[in-house]
Formats: sequence, C-alpha cells, structure tokens
Amino acid sequence: MNNIFVYCELEDGAIANVSFELLTKGRQLADELGCQLEAIVIGSNLDGIENQIYPYGADVVHVADDSRLAPYTTLPHTSIINFVFEKEKPQIALMGATPIGRDLGPRVSSALYSGLTADCTSLEIGSHEDKKAGKTYEKLLYQIRPAFGGNIIATIINPECRPQMATVREGVMKSEIRSKTYKGERKNIDVAKAVKPEDFVIEIIERHIEQKKVNLNAAPVIVAGGYGMGSKENFKALHELAEVLGGEVAASRAAVDAGFAEHDRQVGQTGVTVRPKLYIACGISGQIQHRAGMEDSAQIIAINNDANAPINSIADYVINGEVMDVIPKMIKYYKANSK
Amino acid sequence: MKQFKIILLAKQVPDTRNVGKDAMKADGTVNRAALPAIFNPEDLNALEQALQVKDQFPGSTITVLTMGPGRAADIIREGLFRGADDGILLTDRAFAGSDTLATSYALSRAIAKMKDYDLIVCGRQAIDGDTAQVGPQVAEKLNLPQVTYVEQIQKIENKKITLKRRLDNGVEIVKAPIPTVITVTGSAPACRSRNAQLIMKYKHAKTVSERQDDNEDYLALYNERPYLNINEWTVNEVDTEAEQLGLSGSPTKVKKIENVVLQAKESKAIEPTDAGINLLMKELMDSHTLG
Repeated sequence: MNNIFVYCELEDGAIANVSFELLTKGRQLADELGCQLEAIVIGSNLDGIENQIYPYGADVVHVADDSRLAPYTTLPHTSIINFVFEKEKPQIALMGATPIGRDLGPRVSSALYSGLTADCTSLEIGSHEDKKAGKTYEKLLYQIRPAFGGNIIATIINPECRPQMATVREGVMKSEIRSKTYKGERKNIDVAKAVKPEDFVIEIIERHIEQKKVNLNAAPVIVAGGYGMGSKENFKALHELAEVLGGEVAASRAAVDAGFAEHDRQVGQTGVTVRPKLYIACGISGQIQHRAGMEDSAQIIAINNDANAPINSIADYVINGEVMDVIPKMIKYYKANSK
Repeated sequence: MKQFKIILLAKQVPDTRNVGKDAMKADGTVNRAALPAIFNPEDLNALEQALQVKDQFPGSTITVLTMGPGRAADIIREGLFRGADDGILLTDRAFAGSDTLATSYALSRAIAKMKDYDLIVCGRQAIDGDTAQVGPQVAEKLNLPQVTYVEQIQKIENKKITLKRRLDNGVEIVKAPIPTVITVTGSAPACRSRNAQLIMKYKHAKTVSERQDDNEDYLALYNERPYLNINEWTVNEVDTEAEQLGLSGSPTKVKKIENVVLQAKESKAIEPTDAGINLLMKELMDSHTLG
C-alpha cells in the first residue's frame, strides 16, 4: 500500500526507454520515502516481461496480459489502472509524457480525482506548509516543470489527493540499473474483472508504426540549426557536417515550424531532450524552450552572427560569424585530419 | 443528409511562442500585458476539422465553448468569422484558479447542459501549459470515449467516425462511436482564414457584459439579430458543485514559481577564420570530443 507506481509502456513487446528512466527515478524516490517501487504493464503476450523490469529495482510488477489489450487503446488501459490503483492506493504514479501517457494519464487522474502534472523535468521530495489552513505536509512529491513557453519554472504539489501523478518526457531522466539480480514479485491482474465490454468501443483499423528514423538520444554529436539558418536549403550544410562528424541533425522549434527540418528532429521543451558529447548550435538564438532540451550537453559550440544571442552565454565556444562560412571550414579540417 | 452538432472547446492563450525581451518584468514575473492573447493554435486546427465536417454535411453546426475572462469573447468572435455558428463564454470568478481537472469539470458541466451534441473537438494542448489534459479529462467526466492526436476526420457514417491519428512514430486509423471527444494535433491542416462576409455579419457579436458598454440605439440591433448574442454563462447558469470549481476543485497547487536564470558559462570566443576554426577543431579532436 501507498507505494510508488510506474506505468510501463511497451514498444514491440519490450519496455520503452522512458519507462526505464521512470523506474530509475521511482526507485530513488522510493528509497527516500522508505516505500516500495511497483510497476504496471498492460498488453498481450507478456510472459517474462517482469524480468526486464526487476533490475531497475521494482519490488512488484503487476501484469495485465490479454490479447485485447494490445495495441494500446485508452479505455481498457484506464479501467485496469483504476482497478489496481483503487486497491493499492499508490502515493505516487509516474507515466511517460508520450502519446500513450498523455492520453492515459489525464483520463486516470480525472476518474480518480487526483492531480496530474504534465512534462515534469525534475521530481523531488519535500514538505509544504499551508499557512492559511495551518497544516504542514511532509514528504510530498515536488513536480517541477517549465511553464509559459519555458520562461518560468513551476513547482507543483498535490497536498490532499492521491496518487500524486506526473508525466515525464523521454530522455529527461537517466536510466540506470539498480542491480542485475534484483528480484521482485509478479502479480497478475484479473483482466476480466477490471475491464468492461464497453471499454472496447474504439476499433483500430490500421497502424503504420515506423522505427524512429532519427535517434537524437544516441548521437554523440548533434549539429542543430535554428531559424537563423534561413532556409531548408541551408540545412543541407548541417547534414553534411553531421555526416562527416558521425552525428545527427537537430533543429529548434522555430526552424521546425518554418519547415526547415522534420518534427522528430526538434530539440527543446516540446521536443527531445539531448545530452551529447558535442552540441553545435547553428543560427540558434537560444530561447529558454530550446536551451531546456540541450543545456546538459558536455560541450556546446554556438555559431551565430548575433553577438548577444542568449545561446552564447551557455556555450563553451562562441563563433561570431556566418554559419555558411564556418561549416565548410570545419568539414575541411576534420576530413584532412581524422584518421 | 445527416447533420451534426459539434462543440469546439477553445482557449484564449498568451502567445508564448513569441516571447520577446519585454515579456519578463524586472522582478522576474511574467508580463502578461506584453504577450498578445490569441486563439490557441491547435484549437484552430480543431476548428478546421469541424468546418470540414460542416462543409461535407451542410446544416451541421459548430458551437465554440470557452472558459475565461470577459475578453475571451474575442476568440468566439474569431470562430464566428471563420465559420462557427454560435458561442458560449463560461465566465465567473468561481472558476478562477482552476487547474486542468477543475477546468474539465466546469466545461463538462456546460456541455452536459447543452445535452444534444454529436462531436466534441478541441486542440490537443494549449501553448500556455502544454499539458494536453483537458480533452481526455472532459471525455472522462462525460463518460465518453476519446481519440487524441487526431490529424484528420476521415469519414462519418452509421454513427461511427473514422479518424487518423498522428503519433510520434507513425499513424493509426481508428473508428469511434458518436459522440466522442477528439483532440486535434498541430500537424493537422491549418484553419481557413476569416471570411469577409462573416466578419460583416458577426463584427458586432457581443456578450451581455460587453453590450452594457454600448449606447442604447445600438441595443435594438441585438433584438433584431439574435445571432449577435454571444451566450455568457456564469456559475449560476451551469449545474455544478461548488467544491469542484476553481481553486478548491483543483488537486494541484502551485507551490513556487521561479524565473529561469541563465547560468552563464565562461565561453571561449573563436574567430570565424581558417586559423580560428582549425584551432578549435584540433582542440576537440585532441580531447576526443570528436573522432
């Protein structure tokens, strides 16, 4: 009772990365609170799925295994979570801020009348004093997230309602195995009891799920372009540099909105969070919403013709010049000197 | 031919996409006055989907429902200019301080009052909070199914609606019963522009509160042309439980707001010359950051 729950999302029968990241964070929070970490997996053909989850420190893995539960649809997954949560009364519930988590989380929070904070960038435990009510709350979940286009950081709490629910984007938290031999317990959920026939009113007619074409999280070097690149044509230079350096091309929201790059290349608060060895920001002014997705990169180079661009203040190297002049020079030197 | 009654949930939001230097006050708080108030972008995508249903099934109607302060009537007018049929402004101090759950409750009570509807459409999320919660929460409160991340309403027949969803990694086509709640994503077609005739027709459309400022000879207009009346519902017009509204109906509380402070690093300036770039590249390769 009153443990931390992580909803584990499935991708092709395997647990999604974002869920491992949440399990890792959930384990840390459970240690701090002195409670257990529990996971919930809903899908089909889930024999042995718990073994993927235990190493992250899960004490209990609840499994709902039924052919009707994959692929994901909203209503049956909601019913199962509500069924488990009403019995287990978690104090905290975490989900990925993915199309699934963002579809499911609000539905569950509405049904259970519990507060949900979307897209948290940090989760901490802390206390809260409600001076007006003369009440003090210990060990609340601080749900920390940017708001207002990233211009402010808000700390949200749910003093009264449980579970305290939060979603987190992929890549924001780190995933770390607790112990390869960590052993938990699998509990099977009574699906027939949890779902109602009318939960299956949505029919999936077709699905085209593609492997992600761009994997920014795995790239050691990211060459990112902003609105200052001026055109889709100029982005070709970034692709060339990325290819030479063995990296990937990313873009700011403004560049994506302008059609210079595809949506899955967007780095920032509403895109992907990355921390490569080297981030080369080309023609990016560095609005907060973009910096939120890349400021933890090991090294940052800013190439910009605006000496006062905000990106310069977080860059390790600032090149005040024209991107289209600088990039060929970088390519030329690297080609001539790499083995 | 069948006609559909569509409710569009829309929100007036500060334009956080174009936050300039004057958007933050010296004390680190947000200067709302410096941010223009706009029709939430994805709600416009949702309006376009509703308008396409109306194109295909003439006689269908679109009602814009928004909750907010008096000036949120602006987005109802904007909806009328683009082809919506009427609007409801849900406005009352009792709704102030609502989080997504209290907002969804108030909206769902207003929808329940309208009773007769076939579709509820809204944007996937609003740019001031990016939470994407209100659509699904409204659906849950009304005990309706939901389809999120919708890019296109493809077909409506036999009380079923076929929808194309745009996910991070692909596309899904689903069939849902009517009524259902649909949230539309920004990759859906942009909303058509204002129509000149509709601007002429609706430019004096006003809520009761707005009309109070008008002079008397103008008021006769609203009796002659009832379509110029934008409905204004306060908490008294909607059947609600007070403890589920506003701050008391909001499980989440804001504990703290901080301004984002730039952690300035010590940066090294590199000359954009061959010599400057070569030195930088050598340094990065020597430290194995590259290669």
